[in-house]
Amino acid sequence: MKQVRPLTIVNGRLVLPDRVEQGAIRLVDGMIEAVGDIAPRDGDETVDARGKLIAPGLVDCGVFAVDKPAFHFGGITRAALMPDQSPVLDIASRINFIAKSGKPDLWVHPLAAATQNLEGRELAEIALMRDAGARAIATGRQWIADSGVMLRLLQYAAMLDMAVITHAEDASLVGGAVATAGEMATRLGLPSAPAEAEALAIARDIALGEMAGARLHFRQVTTAAGIELVARAKARGLKVTAGVSPAYFMLSDLAIADFRSFARLSPPLRSEKDRQAVIAGIAEGTIDLVTSSHDPRGAEDKRLPFADAAPGMAGAETLLSTTLTLVRDEVIDMARAFSLMAAEPARLLGLDAGKLEVGLAADIAIVDPDKPWIVEGKSMAASAGNTPFDGQPAQGRVVALYKGGVRIGE
Amino acid sequence: MTSEGPSPHGWRYPAGSLAFPHRDLLAIGKLERHEILYLLDEAEQWVDLNRRAAKQSEALSGLTIINAFFENSTRTLLSFEIAGKRLGADVVNMHAAQSSVKKGETLIDTAVTLNAMRADAIVIRHGSSGAVELIASKVDCPVLNAGDGTHEHPTQALLDALALRHALDGRGESADDFTGLTVTICGDILHSRVARSNLLCLQALGASVRLCAPPSLMPQGIAEMGAEVFHDFDAALAGCDVVMMLRLQSERMSGQFIPSAAEYHHLYGLTKERLDRAAPDALVMHPGPMNRGVEIDSEVADMLDRSIITRQVEMGVAIRMACLDVLTRSARGVEGWEAAR
Repeated sequence: MKQVRPLTIVNGRLVLPDRVEQGAIRLVDGMIEAVGDIAPRDGDETVDARGKLIAPGLVDCGVFAVDKPAFHFGGITRAALMPDQSPVLDIASRINFIAKSGKPDLWVHPLAAATQNLEGRELAEIALMRDAGARAIATGRQWIADSGVMLRLLQYAAMLDMAVITHAEDASLVGGAVATAGEMATRLGLPSAPAEAEALAIARDIALGEMAGARLHFRQVTTAAGIELVARAKARGLKVTAGVSPAYFMLSDLAIADFRSFARLSPPLRSEKDRQAVIAGIAEGTIDLVTSSHDPRGAEDKRLPFADAAPGMAGAETLLSTTLTLVRDEVIDMARAFSLMAAEPARLLGLDAGKLEVGLAADIAIVDPDKPWIVEGKSMAASAGNTPFDGQPAQGRVVALYKGGVRIGE
Repeated sequence: MTSEGPSPHGWRYPAGSLAFPHRDLLAIGKLERHEILYLLDEAEQWVDLNRRAAKQSEALSGLTIINAFFENSTRTLLSFEIAGKRLGADVVNMHAAQSSVKKGETLIDTAVTLNAMRADAIVIRHGSSGAVELIASKVDCPVLNAGDGTHEHPTQALLDALALRHALDGRGESADDFTGLTVTICGDILHSRVARSNLLCLQALGASVRLCAPPSLMPQGIAEMGAEVFHDFDAALAGCDVVMMLRLQSERMSGQFIPSAAEYHHLYGLTKERLDRAAPDALVMHPGPMNRGVEIDSEVADMLDRSIITRQVEMGVAIRMACLDVLTRSARGVEGWEAAR
């Protein structure tokens, strides 16, 4: 559905790239036409934001399922879909199909599989996929173990000017591990791998990325050592960015006690020290963006012994409220929170969206940042309720959501 | 003596079910010191019974116990089966190889099926850590963990404690617990549920525990559990009172974790000479089955005055009788245990 009539949202607090200020926003033909101290024009539809935040719709970089109800609940108007689908997103026709699948009220940006069938051996048809709508390249749930393949991939991606989104865990060190080595994994008797598996992968990929001159994005950077490597690469001016999911700044591996398979994630939850490092990495700007890594899993994948359960959590609905905890804890300010959730992911994907700027897409979330609610796995909008935050109080909800100037859910 | 009678150690414990307020036996890590001691004390009557010619009790008469073993076992299964039968229960064994598990049935469905058969207790062994706890959450009867993955094997730790207590008693060194004792556990700690359960159990009873293994077989973070970590077996043995050797699975001896069985024996095999580094009368234990000539020499395993390996097996039946008895008291309506669930 196209926007038929100009819309002005008034009486809100605009979340601008560097500050929050009182104001209004005018949306015309699916684009932001004016923002700031403006008034509705004759004939405009007018909406009163009642003092709530007028923020960019969230851009979620790296989800594993298209789950529209969950995304809309969470204020997500655009989601980059990981290529780990069945079948894998490794040919142009599938990319083309996925790129249209959510429209009009959700834009899905497919990520091209780096290698055929994500096996890490032969390059996929990346240029064809780019021209079919792929916004970036992803290695999927795994690291590409073969350094020769990874170098050629990065060189090819550099030529096409596409970012490579990589999973940073050294596969041979991880093996069949389902937890981070340490006291908790040892107490539970779970197969575990040292947290250093992440730093090893990051170090190699930074070295290869530098050789290739490629844009490299680490989808999940979850350890102190990994964050330090990214910070150093950035300081040297390399084209490296990093993301993280809220689970890694909200939870440590204590959450896997009692074999709770909802806390079985990939990479696995880390130590408290690493959790603190993730928070510091966000505060210092080493981590650029947050992603829900939304991966709804039903009982058949999760009601299993911990090591047999599939990794992943349904995170779309809690992305906003968990990220807002960083604002309440004064780690970051409100403008930065939405940079993490919208502007930076949009920049990585090359989208004309993610900010309240004239000429960008009219993807708008009206957010009550203080609204209290309880996360309840059983009654979630997502196609499955596998959240490690089940039963916990949360604060911050989307009051209304607009995609291309059109109200969603009306 | 029947289980309904007064416990010989009853004065030590809170009355009735307060002495052991758990429906299941899932992990030593979930037990308090006095609850461990209670199970050990309760087992004494069954040690006595098992040494008589007529070894029959009717305590669990009419009850059905299912031994659901999703992983192969000979001695633990046999021990549980004998324990149930000596208590007069009907014991049924379910082997994974013969079950619908092989046909793709989920563990939860298997648990629901077992539950629908209205067993009075289910004994479970499973290859995945936490699997027994998962099943326990889906059934209505007591569940006993007979080993889950590399997590815990609680009845093994309890029988080891009982065997150790009897050995110390036999020397006139009887005490309430193992305070002051140093126990060295050597072997594949990384993959051993026996090591984890024994570490927790021995520590709860006051012993200090040394763990010894090559780095490839030692889990990270185990020192935070209060163990003293060694890679040099001679150093780990120095002056210790008890040496507990663990079985090394043959698939770990071929280069992935250690280069060879011979090299393992060279560094970590318990020989007569090595044993001399321990305290003069140090006891030798092994949960079995042994790899003679790999982790332990026959000469040591068969030392009559030092090795208590066969006594461990004997105590296994008694401890499992005690666990089955205690956990089914609520269902049987034993006085003081009615409201335990």
